[in-house]
Amino acid sequence: MKAFTYQRADSTAQAAAATVKPGAKIIAGGTNLLDLMKLQVETPSNLVDINRLPLDKIEETPDGGLRIGTLVRNSDLAADLRVRQRYGVLSRALLAGASAQLRNKATTGGNLLQRTRCYYFYDITKPCNKRSPGSGCAALAGFNRIHAILGTSEHCIATHPSDMAVAMRALDAKVETVNRQGETKVIPIAEFYRLPGNTPEIETSLKPGEIITAVTLPPPPPGVQVYRKVRDRASYAFALVSVAAIVDSTRGQIRSARLAFGGLAHRPWRVAQAEHRLVNAPANTTTFNAAANAVLEGARGFGGNDFKMPLTRRTLHSVLAEITWT
Amino acid sequence: MDEHESNKGPETPSAFEVTRRTVIETGTTALLLTTLPRAALAAGPVEGNEPPLPVLKVELRINGRPHSLTLDSRTTLLDALREHLALTGSKKGCDHGQCGACTVLIEGRRINSCLTLAVMHDGQSVTTIEGLAEGDNLHPLQTAFVEHDGFQCGYCTSGQICSAIGMLAESQQGMPSYVTEDLTKPAAELTDAEIRERMSGNICRCAAYPNIVAAIKQTAGMPT
Repeated sequence: MKAFTYQRADSTAQAAAATVKPGAKIIAGGTNLLDLMKLQVETPSNLVDINRLPLDKIEETPDGGLRIGTLVRNSDLAADLRVRQRYGVLSRALLAGASAQLRNKATTGGNLLQRTRCYYFYDITKPCNKRSPGSGCAALAGFNRIHAILGTSEHCIATHPSDMAVAMRALDAKVETVNRQGETKVIPIAEFYRLPGNTPEIETSLKPGEIITAVTLPPPPPGVQVYRKVRDRASYAFALVSVAAIVDSTRGQIRSARLAFGGLAHRPWRVAQAEHRLVNAPANTTTFNAAANAVLEGARGFGGNDFKMPLTRRTLHSVLAEITWT
Repeated sequence: MDEHESNKGPETPSAFEVTRRTVIETGTTALLLTTLPRAALAAGPVEGNEPPLPVLKVELRINGRPHSLTLDSRTTLLDALREHLALTGSKKGCDHGQCGACTVLIEGRRINSCLTLAVMHDGQSVTTIEGLAEGDNLHPLQTAFVEHDGFQCGYCTSGQICSAIGMLAESQQGMPSYVTEDLTKPAAELTDAEIRERMSGNICRCAAYPNIVAAIKQTAGMPT
């Protein structure tokens, strides 16, 4: 690790102000940041520890939703009975991620901001436009089994690794931020993550000096919630493909549906057209295929990850069949 | 050992005691430098134009005893335990949170000590494998690991045991796991599948998993 100065933030405004300085970085759980610092992928010169700020509460909101403080640990969020009973897809997604030790440490805001697990991003001897803009993308012609098939650019084909964010995308969560002037902002999660385009190093719409304080969940939509994760081993592995599905159906007829996907793109992937094709449609193979076609529109493989297209289709079929089975 | 002797951080005699480890590691100058407590290097004369390294005071309560440490900001909790306090029971396997050999309990909750900075835990209580037995009386999980042969080489064992203690507490608190069928119920019953999923953050290269599961079941009062 490169040397850094360490300070503990006394307030969110102070933490936000500190991040404006070049080389400064917020640390919360630290499970991803310290990993990257040991490899010198991240080399902050100043760490601002926000762990002692009072941002670790889960509260009811007036509209019947929940407000999750940015420092709520992944394990606590997954175990909260309100989350388990009303937002099962979120609880299951959290429990699908990492290990129990990591979930005890990792925070809500940190989970949203974790970096890609692209091998070439992690290897500082390899070109990577995300780590070192302009150096190229070694994944394009390299080992790209885990990489994106949707929303890619010629500069980056990395995926976002979070399970939690996929469930939050299906739930239409909102990210609350504060800046150094103390001004708050609410960013819908649909607008929070960016596609790589020409600037894969810019991953979110957060501005310098802006930090996450909470994530709010609107009241749960009707229907059955499922999170299905397909990976190389049964536990403690990142998703090759994951599906967060919230589907309301009765007697084989679908009333409403929300689908978000992980492992496919630089951000949790959601396609309105796929959901439209399910609404008021019979729960059968033709309908599921139509939805899968919409999800995979514009999909492109890079050799090693071509399998993700049929895998996405089959996983979606399986999830929809499970939910709508009567 | 007297409490005051054991808690002086880099100046503590234990950090400079000749142990099997230091004998092995002092074979070359480069290795010698890496084994010296980093804060000692930071506090000493600085060569060249390098600015002095940031040094921080950290108070930790480890296995019930207070310790005052002076540390380079980069010191992970694992390195503080192993290199500054000679508590080498917690192991460094991957150093990236993937193997679980470094698992310790902070305020009773299991974490990977390699992926956290010691300074982040200033004022907190840490329990390591060294803090589980009471004198010659092993912790029930330690006894169960011996009885069920829950290890072969033993390198992962202290992490497995600390992790299992945290896991059993989580289970008692009603925390669910990925394989818990009904998340809406307050508590999930422990089963083999639950234990395996909940312990997936601890890798055993010798693959003693069936015996580790048996040891945990015995400790949890389940039929083995």
